[in-house]
Amino acid sequence: MCLTICKLLCVSVYLILFVSWTVFCVRTCCQTQTGISQVTHYAGVQTFELPSVPQFCNSPTMIVMVGLPARGKTYISKKLTRYLNWIGVPTKSEACAAAALKDVTAYFTKEQGQVAVFDATNTTRERRAIIISFAKEKGYKVFFVESICDDPEIIAENIRQVKFGSPDYVDRDIDEAMEDFIQRIDCYRASYMPIDDERDRKLSYIKIFDVGNRYLVNQVQDHIQSRIVYYLMNIHVTPRSIYLSRHGESELNLLGRIGGDSGLSPRGQKYANALATFIKGQNIRDLKVWTSHMKRTIQTAEALGVQYEQWKALNEIDAGVCEEMTYEEIQENYPEEFALRDQDKYRYRYPKGESYEDLVHRLEPVIMELERQENVLVICHQAIMRCLLAYFLDKPADELPYLRCPLHTVLKLTPIAYGCKVESFFLNIEAVNTHRERPVNVDINRNPEEALQTVPDHI
Amino acid sequence: EKSTELSLSSDKTPSNPRELTQNPLKKIWMPYKNGLPEKTHISEKGLCMTNCPTLIVTVGLPARGKTYISKKLTRYLNWIGVPTREFNVGQYRREFVKIYKSFEFFRPDNEEGLKIRRQCASAALNDVRQYLTEEQGQVAVFDATNTTRERRETIIQFAEQNGFKVFFVESVCEDPDVIQENIVQVKLGSPDYTNCNTEEAVEDFMKRIKCYENSYETLDEVLDRDLSYIKIMDVGQRYLVNRVLDHIQSRIVYYLMNIHITPRSIYLCRHGESELNVKGRIGGDSGLTPRGKEFAKNDLKVWTSQMKRTIQTAEALDVPYEQWKVLNEIDAGVCEEMMYEEIQENYPLEFALRDQDKYRYRYPKGESYEDLVQRLEPVIMELERQENVLVICHQAVMRCLLAYFLDKTAEELPYLKCPLHTVLKLTPVAYGCKVESISLNVDAVNTHRERPENVEVSRMSEEALLTVPAHQ
Repeated sequence: MCLTICKLLCVSVYLILFVSWTVFCVRTCCQTQTGISQVTHYAGVQTFELPSVPQFCNSPTMIVMVGLPARGKTYISKKLTRYLNWIGVPTKSEACAAAALKDVTAYFTKEQGQVAVFDATNTTRERRAIIISFAKEKGYKVFFVESICDDPEIIAENIRQVKFGSPDYVDRDIDEAMEDFIQRIDCYRASYMPIDDERDRKLSYIKIFDVGNRYLVNQVQDHIQSRIVYYLMNIHVTPRSIYLSRHGESELNLLGRIGGDSGLSPRGQKYANALATFIKGQNIRDLKVWTSHMKRTIQTAEALGVQYEQWKALNEIDAGVCEEMTYEEIQENYPEEFALRDQDKYRYRYPKGESYEDLVHRLEPVIMELERQENVLVICHQAIMRCLLAYFLDKPADELPYLRCPLHTVLKLTPIAYGCKVESFFLNIEAVNTHRERPVNVDINRNPEEALQTVPDHI
Repeated sequence: EKSTELSLSSDKTPSNPRELTQNPLKKIWMPYKNGLPEKTHISEKGLCMTNCPTLIVTVGLPARGKTYISKKLTRYLNWIGVPTREFNVGQYRREFVKIYKSFEFFRPDNEEGLKIRRQCASAALNDVRQYLTEEQGQVAVFDATNTTRERRETIIQFAEQNGFKVFFVESVCEDPDVIQENIVQVKLGSPDYTNCNTEEAVEDFMKRIKCYENSYETLDEVLDRDLSYIKIMDVGQRYLVNRVLDHIQSRIVYYLMNIHITPRSIYLCRHGESELNVKGRIGGDSGLTPRGKEFAKNDLKVWTSQMKRTIQTAEALDVPYEQWKVLNEIDAGVCEEMMYEEIQENYPLEFALRDQDKYRYRYPKGESYEDLVQRLEPVIMELERQENVLVICHQAVMRCLLAYFLDKTAEELPYLKCPLHTVLKLTPVAYGCKVESISLNVDAVNTHRERPENVEVSRMSEEALLTVPAHQ
């Protein structure tokens, strides 16, 4: 009797608290039009800072890799993690089989993670069953990614590319190491039970056969799983390089003005010609060239004398009311906006313009198509190039807006092992510097001098 | 990071760069020579501008949703700007054999029937060839059972001869409930069964299916491993995807994997009347008038844009909602917050160009309807995944979404009527979409401007402003 009353009291208290919290959340819906994107609270569901991308993930998701060693699980895990983080879904890759499932819980509850990628062989039904029941208990969704491959050449290449760097093989002879590793795989093979299309028909999974030749997709539950499937079906491992470059120096660059749609300066035109020579020298097979819709990138591409594709999505960030202003003018006319931007350059949205966060969202189809393609040269703009570079080099949101992308420099990105090799080529044609570092004082009350301290020189 | 400085000879005479001109309608920069635009070196970001056309071939027993998928896919591809047409062999058969008698026509031992069916398939393929080679079609959907390897081989050869890529879409389903529902929804109303009662029709159709079953050769993982295809199992529970060759096939697969047939409704409406609407101004980001707030009061996912007026409308509903930046109204660039009279006064040329081709016209420093469609594609994809959704958006945005659901052409899209204070309820039914218009009986200003008669650049102001709706 006492116990029942206690229980009732607890439940009532809990209900009261829950309802008040909900009401509090609804009330704190802010609609102020400041430059920084708002975090909206409603009906107990807190959205993350993703104003352009609606929040579809209610329950966190565990992605579980399955497959024998040297099947690309770690490659896929890392790439998927990088992609999800870039599009704004907090994701972490747990690479250790023993990585306690409790670490996953901590990531989801304490660190507001949304997706955890469990990178291990997970080759037995037993092991998978443990994960499934753990997830069920916690209310997490599970999505399996199984990589199946029996092509000995692919496996050998795999081993060469990524295993021989491993501490286990540092002092070993290559052939011996290969032999040893193949034996290691064989140990797993005996107990390997692939996901069973009949017995496991209620699970959500994708099976990748022979590095993307064929896929089996089962029971996709929600938006994020659908996006993951789409991404996995578009990536490939064919060797290739991606070249990123800005347009040649423009007339507005010279004047220190942002945005606009001006043409190339004489030096910019020289760069275009130099770029043509450089590209020819690289002897690239089947190069695709992409530009934005803005005059300066198109003029740059024209010099190459090859076919190019214009993408509106590659247009420079829209600075809204600040278009074509110098930083000095922005400071004079919109000092508060200028300060807010320095406080959080990634999320800050220009009035009637865009934020870096918006850019990432609009560039997603570009990234998807870059994944599908092979050799591509992208001629774009400073903010755009920073976003693309951040994707390839796995740079977080707070570093992205400050990545260095100087004019007249080509970056050559070549996927290698689990990452990306970067080579930088300055084509030896002088240009203004357009990189503005974050100033020390980002307070709204700062002096104009403090605000303008890091503005690069211009006419 | 390895940094290399290359000394490239800049003393070499730079070749004369081509002059660029901005196309006045779409604001695209293109090179020109002798005053005329040269198109050789560019293509706009689009799908398969120079690549070979694609032939999509459905595979499956009757009542497996092949025509449903064909029509939906065709609608989607056309909406995103890929000229697509479907060719339903059943249609050809109905035109040839004026009156349908019974399932006996489809018996595997009916020589006459087989001959006619083969002829119909050939006629359809002929039209496919014409569409893809002479009519600038990019994708053709060949909708038939195509259940034997032999038939599929014929099609593959046809495609090879003509330089078309082939992509198979097979639908496999053994759930009797699904098949029954299929028959009820789309077969009973078919011209084949106009003179039958329900029981007769169902019985005949089941026998029709049986005619195909014995010779049915499903796409095989081993035998057909070199073909490009997607096999859809049990209405989307499972998919097998083999050898996706290019961008368009990848998009098709993504689309097919996101659609479903669970009954639901989509509600489209604009924000409540805003202050700018009342004054006859376009765009901007203002608040609601008193009338508007009335409207906004009257299990469901609610989506808004990030503009104040749609958010205020949703707030009044007192339910959780999601804000999508891509649902923002079309960006009118330099014309933002102007009245049509002001646009005519300041940009008469632009105003006329817009009337000439409202779909492709891009405001200076703004957007076109064509741009809108591209930015709304993720919304459509998510709407396909979802069930009941209310989308509170804006006039141009709503027109684009409506055009997708009602299969309207690019020419019709910018003139679709989407008045304030009216909710459109869209319910998928059979092969299309039922529309119910729910007027909320709250007065509002009209914001719909019809295409005027005179769209010449040289026209008078009065002619330009003829169709501007009344405002304060």
